[in-house]
Amino acid sequence: MTNSTPILALEGVHKHFKAGRNTIRVLQDVSLSVTQGEIVCLVGESGCGKTTTGKIIAGLSSPTMGKVFFEGQDVRHLSGEAFNAYRRAVQIVHQDPYASLNPTQTLYRMLSFPLFRHRMVRTQSEARARVLELLQLVDLTPPEDFIDKFPHQLSGGQRQRVSIARALTVNPRLIVADEPVSMVDVSIRVSLLNTLSDLQRRLNLTFVFITHDLAVARYFAWEGRIAVMYLGRIVELGSAPEVTAQPQHPYTRALITSLPEPDPQLTRNKQRIGLRSEDIPSLLRIPNGCAFHPRCPWHVPTVCDVALPELARTESSSLAACHVTAQTAQHAAALAAQAQESN
Amino acid sequence: MTHQPVLSIQNLHVEYTARRGKVKAVRDVSFDVFPGETVAVIGESGCGKTTLALALVRLLARSAKITGGKVLFQGGKYSAPIDVLRLNRRQLRAFRWRNCAMVFQSALNALNPVLKVSAQVQDTARAHGEHDAKQIEERALWLFQQVRLDPRRVYDAYPHELSGGMRQRVLLALGLLLDPQVVILDEPTTALDVLTQRTIIEVLKRLREEMGFALIFISHDLSMAAELAHRIVTMYAGNIVEIGQVNEVFYQPKHPYTLGLMRAVPNLSGQRTDLISIHGSPPDLIDPPHGCAFAPRCAYVQPICHQQAPPLEMRATDHASACHFWDQLPILREMPALQPKAID
Repeated sequence: MTNSTPILALEGVHKHFKAGRNTIRVLQDVSLSVTQGEIVCLVGESGCGKTTTGKIIAGLSSPTMGKVFFEGQDVRHLSGEAFNAYRRAVQIVHQDPYASLNPTQTLYRMLSFPLFRHRMVRTQSEARARVLELLQLVDLTPPEDFIDKFPHQLSGGQRQRVSIARALTVNPRLIVADEPVSMVDVSIRVSLLNTLSDLQRRLNLTFVFITHDLAVARYFAWEGRIAVMYLGRIVELGSAPEVTAQPQHPYTRALITSLPEPDPQLTRNKQRIGLRSEDIPSLLRIPNGCAFHPRCPWHVPTVCDVALPELARTESSSLAACHVTAQTAQHAAALAAQAQESN
Repeated sequence: MTHQPVLSIQNLHVEYTARRGKVKAVRDVSFDVFPGETVAVIGESGCGKTTLALALVRLLARSAKITGGKVLFQGGKYSAPIDVLRLNRRQLRAFRWRNCAMVFQSALNALNPVLKVSAQVQDTARAHGEHDAKQIEERALWLFQQVRLDPRRVYDAYPHELSGGMRQRVLLALGLLLDPQVVILDEPTTALDVLTQRTIIEVLKRLREEMGFALIFISHDLSMAAELAHRIVTMYAGNIVEIGQVNEVFYQPKHPYTLGLMRAVPNLSGQRTDLISIHGSPPDLIDPPHGCAFAPRCAYVQPICHQQAPPLEMRATDHASACHFWDQLPILREMPALQPKAID
């Protein structure tokens, strides 16, 4: 990572949808930068805006406000070849491999189409060779057995591999993977994740990995970062081990303590934090101040329900958008400064 | 556990008729469920777990047929065991819901969208011979309170006014309306968010303690099973391959398939361990492989596995597995000294 320009940066991105007379604020002021070769996981519950963020990154949706930079260039101002280059460089893998593959096309047709479209091959035999190579890359082996198959002849896990191969056709540098393993069985999930990690290392890919499952995020992004989203905003951002071991935002903490774990003793003895309200507010009526305050166990009246907390330094090296953690961090910093002075 | 099981499943077989032949979805399944006990049935999609659950209340699709076995129920007004598979229509109607309630997977589809929740509560109760509307309402409001819903609001609401998590809790309350002795939950928390899932888990824990029902839950989520179950049943290709007390099965699995599942699930706290997947895919249930059905995917396979199906036998206290080489499997973790709360 010698190049200091991030491969991708979101700056103050907002996304609003109109539904009749209502405006649904799906994303609010999301800023995130991703460096080449990095893995960033977007984690959150349904409706938190993680998929919309992924779509904006991949250029499938444009922000209502805010900017998207690809290698330092505002993608709105890209045109012609520069725009095509951006669209090639960023590819998306969708969640549902049963819906995202055309049932009437063989794998060869599906995978060779983008190759011809982007003039990456000239002849059928070149295309065939490249498709075989791609199938090999995603562990559909031997590739000769798969190349002429239709999606219905494949299992869910195999289909998802085809989706990945399709994303790889145009030699992308950044892959947005939207819940790529949530529809496949437990035993197959791991091998898919391992294939993705493997590709990331071998091809030096950058990953924006979207998942609702923090355990999967921790596993996949162990050397990367996790961004936790809640009602359209990033509320915590930090390295995967740190976010999962020392969550700073009360929402992250609630998620982590709520999740059952595959270990009977551990999961039964976990300390839980109670929420003040069970139900997630509607996106039509996002609470004032910190959107989490109606549920937050640390809620400070007249602070949390009034002012919007910004992503700020915490006691750990993660950033969190919480008035309470910010104060604790300040307090800790003040104590540290005092200690230094008295030394 | 000296007392009688509330549900005793004995040598159950279920087949589906498909164009290519008979799909043997449940093959020779036997286990007991005791009053107040929670049993988790785990396995991948297509292992027969949902078919098993549906067979217990005889709600199978028309293409399915129970080809053998017994499902003995004892509880409620039945002081001696009755065979659910031999009940006539009228008896079966009475058995379902009052003795054994099933809560379905897709909470979004299980409620009638054009009827208020109150109407669905009253309909259910009337269909089972309860006619005191006032008393039923009180009971429903109490149950809604128990599942942490705002009782009055939910009772008077239409399903579309409720979120997915709320609907799932309405279904759970509805299932408990007639105080059944057995509750079957099919994937109770899939498609629910983490915090909602936690609410459901806590609600289930409390209610089973208060109401004393036995719980059978079908899940592919091992973490849920670890948290809620007293005993675990692992199914593979229509068979039970392992059954045992929750700590036994999680820490010292005695079947390579269970071991494989345990190693494939990422954990959230503690050391990050490399996960290992089970290669291959489940077998064709129209023509299951000879010998052990897991042999083609098994890391511990030996020639005998392809010839002879291993019987489900006791390998430790209250812990049975169907594997020829169960004693060669590694111990995942030392068994903790502390057992989870026993049920009496």
